Amino acid sequence: MTEKGALMANTEPTGVVPLRRTRLKGWMRTVGMLPVLVILCILIQAGTLYFNGEGRFLSAQNLSIVLQQAAINTVLGAGMTFVILTGGIDLSVGSILAAAAMTSVTASLDYGSLGIPVALLTGLLFGLLNGVLIAFVRLPPFIVTLGSMTAVRGIARLWGNDTTVFNPELPFAGISSGSVPIVPGYVELPGLAAIALVVIGLSWFILRRTVLGVRIYAVGGNPDAARLSGIKVWVVLLFVYAASGLLAGLGGAMSAARLYAANGLQLGQSYELDAIAAVILGGTSFVGGIGSIWGTLIGALIIAVLSNGLILLGVSDIWQLIVKGLVIIGAVALDRYRLRGSART
Amino acid sequence: MSLLPEPRPILEMRGISKSFPGVKALRHVDLSVYAGEVHALMGENGAGKSTLMKVLAGAFRADPGGEIRIGGNPVRIDDPLAAKRHGIAIIYQELALAPNLTVAENIYLGRELSRSGVADRRGMIDGARSVLDRLGAPFAPDSLVAGLSIAERQMVEIARALHAESKILVMDEPTTALSSRETDALFALIRRLRADGLAIVYISHRMAEVYELADRVSVLRDGGCVGSLTRDEILPDVIVRMMVGRDLSSFYKKEHGSGVHNEPILRVTGLGDGRRVQACSFTLHAGEVLGLAGLVGAGRTELARLIYGADVKSSGTIELAGRTVRIASPEQAIEAGLVYLTEDRKGLGLFLDMPVAANINLGVIGRDARFGGLLDRARGWQRAVEAIQTLGIRVASPAVEVGSLSGGNQQKVMLSRLLETRPKVLILDEPTRGVDIGAKSEIYRIIDELAKAGVGILVISSELPEIVGIADRVIVMREGRLVGEVSGGAITQESVIALAVGEGARA
Repeated sequence: MTEKGALMANTEPTGVVPLRRTRLKGWMRTVGMLPVLVILCILIQAGTLYFNGEGRFLSAQNLSIVLQQAAINTVLGAGMTFVILTGGIDLSVGSILAAAAMTSVTASLDYGSLGIPVALLTGLLFGLLNGVLIAFVRLPPFIVTLGSMTAVRGIARLWGNDTTVFNPELPFAGISSGSVPIVPGYVELPGLAAIALVVIGLSWFILRRTVLGVRIYAVGGNPDAARLSGIKVWVVLLFVYAASGLLAGLGGAMSAARLYAANGLQLGQSYELDAIAAVILGGTSFVGGIGSIWGTLIGALIIAVLSNGLILLGVSDIWQLIVKGLVIIGAVALDRYRLRGSART
Repeated sequence: MSLLPEPRPILEMRGISKSFPGVKALRHVDLSVYAGEVHALMGENGAGKSTLMKVLAGAFRADPGGEIRIGGNPVRIDDPLAAKRHGIAIIYQELALAPNLTVAENIYLGRELSRSGVADRRGMIDGARSVLDRLGAPFAPDSLVAGLSIAERQMVEIARALHAESKILVMDEPTTALSSRETDALFALIRRLRADGLAIVYISHRMAEVYELADRVSVLRDGGCVGSLTRDEILPDVIVRMMVGRDLSSFYKKEHGSGVHNEPILRVTGLGDGRRVQACSFTLHAGEVLGLAGLVGAGRTELARLIYGADVKSSGTIELAGRTVRIASPEQAIEAGLVYLTEDRKGLGLFLDMPVAANINLGVIGRDARFGGLLDRARGWQRAVEAIQTLGIRVASPAVEVGSLSGGNQQKVMLSRLLETRPKVLILDEPTRGVDIGAKSEIYRIIDELAKAGVGILVISSELPEIVGIADRVIVMREGRLVGEVSGGAITQESVIALAVGEGARA
């Protein structure tokens, strides 16, 4: 080990690095899992053609369903991308989503559309709590969010006395049932999918166009160097966990709008795992510092396409679980393989 | 005190060379060690002592052509296990014990006794006890290593070596973390082991220890063996001369006028952290290059980090340009105009996965930002392009990841990040470590130009010729304290090393 270290210190090339290789690597990183998504779509379309006699996957109606299904996971995945880029993890997003949906539906009974800001505030509050414990008390993210996953789940159940709360006249149900015309009369984007796209766009802007974004990558890439170069690491950590909580709150409002109801026990169960899977599938490194928000979008789409396609093909839900799990492991293997070529050792 | 006739050495290393790409770390080194002697190995930092011992330990494989003989028989040591098999035990500065296990378990680590697969705890404790008794250890074999002091842990390592029936014991700076009482106890133990016929190779920087303990001294310099002295030839000034003896002064650039008489820009008074740094006071002038010398572990990096606010101070004040400043974090230091270049480029300095441009701009993106947080990307790119040009960084584009650059270019990227903040005081910690000769002289040129521009520069370096070559004045640290100062013509490698090892009060 020592030998390797000493050798590496001396074997660095003194010449100029070929630019083309760097560009190629960057391009491969950006494109990432897009080919996998495309191949998956083609395979499923071919499968439905073969088994059902008609290609039911690539229809406007079905694709709209896929986007709708991917939307909430995309929003959670965006928050998770911030967190994982700093080298952290947020296990509490599913529980926060449930709690936010509960407060949101309850509030909508009396205050109508104020249900949305209530959901956002609920999420932000829990996210900030996570952030404070991680940034100031310096507890490990895994432990903090494991604890808040459990505790917030309890709070979500407590809120409705462990029952389902309904609001058949939910005033903001339109964000789910409505749609945004892209090409008027022909192509429409389902409401939830439009929200998810806006979140992705905003996240991209923060990560790539603001000072904060650069610092998020810096903290994830080398936390000690970040501190020594004068970055307020606590600001960055507080932001990413708050953002993750806020987006989980938004997910809660989206979920409430879809269901006209919320249930503290079942809602959002294991959503955190799907969000993490989307981020990892998108090529973001689990140790932080490397990754992109586009990758997360593609990762979330892969998961949604996979679920939808397996249902269309008549695969039982038991086998769906097995296939999904294998895809996640395969993706992490891919992550390792990619990292091997980079400067990180 | 040589015994006539000389017996055959238990360990002979002949013509050992070790090259790393671009560097010849050892050239044809000979070393003979006899049973029943303490053989001190001395040399400056980077002279090749550790490399030589790593060859012996099987951690490095020497270049072909050399030979190692144990008890007269040529042996091949290709891995650490082979070294162990040949009776060689090495006790490194960072002790290699498992703190969560007991003393006995550590002594038997990798060679556990078992009865049909079940660990034989009783047997291991008894076996360990007999070795510990022989050493006179004050702790029981079933105590946890985590509860032992550094000195006691060292004893466990020695016990492990004895238990493995090692004949050659290498100790790398064993007293660095010991109190003087513990040191005395260790020396008594070493003498007993010597009387038992062990061969002990003792690596140390401290003249007094070598003088007290060694039967023979071998001195390494620049990867070569300068010579060996027997007991009656060991004189401090002879050893110092052997350790230094070379001239590289023409290589260094010193065109700026000596800044010693300019006005003070940084004044540090009574700074300490209560542990590794004690009551350090010094003054740095504008346009001055002040060298901070000392041996590895003297507390130089710790002092720099305290000034920079990277660690918590327990006492002391810092004045910048005549004003007392409160520096509790690196951001505050940068804000005040004081920056620090870390010695650990990859671990603490650079963001290897990020592009050169981002690495250069990281310290100033906040200042450059528009609307309180939007990146000024054009400005950042321009800064990167200019820095690449002025510092002569060899890279195809600012978009290249910094991890793919050579050591010298990485060093310049790190330096340019600091310079972008327009500092008044620059602390450089080993600015040319792991850098090739060409980049070295360019870094000296940059330092010289910054001094000309009036920046106060504190340079920490373990390379004596470097300190002597570039500094206007040198302060020397030993064991956490500033112990002396030399300036102008009095700066010689001899005067600096004499202060650093503590031989003679004032050179």
